[in-house]
Amino acid sequence: MIRATAIVTAVFAVTAASALADETAPQDVNFEDLAVMASLTGTPGDPVTGRDIFKDRKLGNCLACHTNADMQKELFHGTVGPAMDGAGDRWEPAQLRAIIADAKEVFGEQTVMPGFYSVNVGKDVREDLVGKTILTAQQIEDVVAYVATLKE
Amino acid sequence: MKNRYATVGLGAVLAFATALPAAAEPVDDALVIDGQTMTVRTAAPEGHPFDEVLSGWLFREAETRELEADSFQNPGMLYVDLGAEIWNTVDGTMGKSCATCHDDAADTMKGIAANYPKWDADAKRPINIELQIDKCRVENMGAEAYKFDAADQKALTTYIKHQSLGTPVAVDLSQGELQTWWDRGKDIYYTRTGQLNFACASCHEANSGQRIRADHLSQGQANGFPTYRLKQANMVSLHNRFRGCIRDTRAEFPKAFSDELMALEVYVTWRGTGLSVETPAVRQ
Ligand code: HEC
Ligand code: HEC
Repeated sequence: MIRATAIVTAVFAVTAASALADETAPQDVNFEDLAVMASLTGTPGDPVTGRDIFKDRKLGNCLACHTNADMQKELFHGTVGPAMDGAGDRWEPAQLRAIIADAKEVFGEQTVMPGFYSVNVGKDVREDLVGKTILTAQQIEDVVAYVATLKE
Repeated sequence: MKNRYATVGLGAVLAFATALPAAAEPVDDALVIDGQTMTVRTAAPEGHPFDEVLSGWLFREAETRELEADSFQNPGMLYVDLGAEIWNTVDGTMGKSCATCHDDAADTMKGIAANYPKWDADAKRPINIELQIDKCRVENMGAEAYKFDAADQKALTTYIKHQSLGTPVAVDLSQGELQTWWDRGKDIYYTRTGQLNFACASCHEANSGQRIRADHLSQGQANGFPTYRLKQANMVSLHNRFRGCIRDTRAEFPKAFSDELMALEVYVTWRGTGLSVETPAVRQ
């Protein structure tokens, strides 16, 4: 019994470690030709979770800046960025991954869209957020999977 | 991979970037308070990034605009009344009130606040109304400086600024080293802060007129402060607003009346040159 538990624990430890090893750190994300080809985690994104992250004010809060016809029931869509309708036609997932992880890599330094998986941020970051990204690697994959479904 | 994928270049990206949805335009409306027409739209001073400076009033919903236009309905007027009381109340060890030295504020304070911040030659830094009140309290009344955002500080500031209702904002940058502080404030205005990586200009210059969630982004003008905010059901001071906007970028924010925020006040006030003082403005 004791032995069995030890083995199970050991197996868990190994999977946890390898999951982390598969996750690309924000400073190691490889932007090439305005795209990020490789998944940041190796685990496919979940569009349903991605949809929640997109509208959640504490997570993506993408709706703060982008209107999105798929979310007509939500109040208050921002107009700072382009409408999301058809974004899945206009961009490949690898491009969406680049835009969402660090919009500056695609649109240039001047863009106001935050880098959601970037540590290249502004001055005086709130103490508890130093070194942290807005979204996790898996959340980026989820949002990419969701935005890729926005086709017209 | 689709064809476009291989060919998408910066040109294509820029084409997307400029295809923004139509801005929610500020209204074209006149603000008349107690028979006096406010300047809510005027030509920008030289060196300004905009052609026209616009009051935040033009960006608010109709009900909010009406509340400000009607001084019987404007909840901020209660704080003007409270400020008048404080003006006439003796405080401190010297047995004086503001009125002891300045008599009737309707005469002596008329138009004065429209020219703040000014250069304080004693402190060798800019001084705003809040700090001027504290200076009088400490030096001329033997009273203590107010704590930042104390109810009395906000009421008295509101009262004094209200004596300039309608007067165009004009900061005299030739005083002392005010120009150097303006330069520094400008730097701060364009410096991105926080995890979200926004500068003041990201919202109030690049995107003024756009909606960010429920808010209609104005030019972030200072002419209505302290303002009555419906959301907070209270008066909000200018430095409180600055700190709130900086906090929203997920950054640590400077202390009220710190060098950073005084520099910002000089610069932001200048950006509203020519707009009427609207204190107490009503905002959502
Ligand atoms: C503060 C504003 C802001 C926020 C928040 C924001 N964006 Fe953006 N986004 C922009 C702007 C502005 C652009 C256009 C590029 C430019 O002009 O710099 C853009 C462009 C895009 C594009 C390309 C649009 C197209 O069709 O060409 C996608 C996709 C996108 N954003 C997705 C997202 C997602 C997903 C989130 C949240 C995780 C998000 N954005 C959050 C401002 C924002
Ligand atoms: C993420 C967006 C954002 C940033 C960055 C931002 N603000 Fe604001 N600010 C707002 C919003 C939203 C409001 C309320 C609506 C309006 O008036 O624009 C506001 C209001 C204001 C107002 C009140 C305007 C009025 O008419 O009552 C001032 C002044 C102001 N901001 C100054 C600043 C300064 C200075 C900075 C930089 C230190 C800054 N803001 C950064 C979003 C922002």
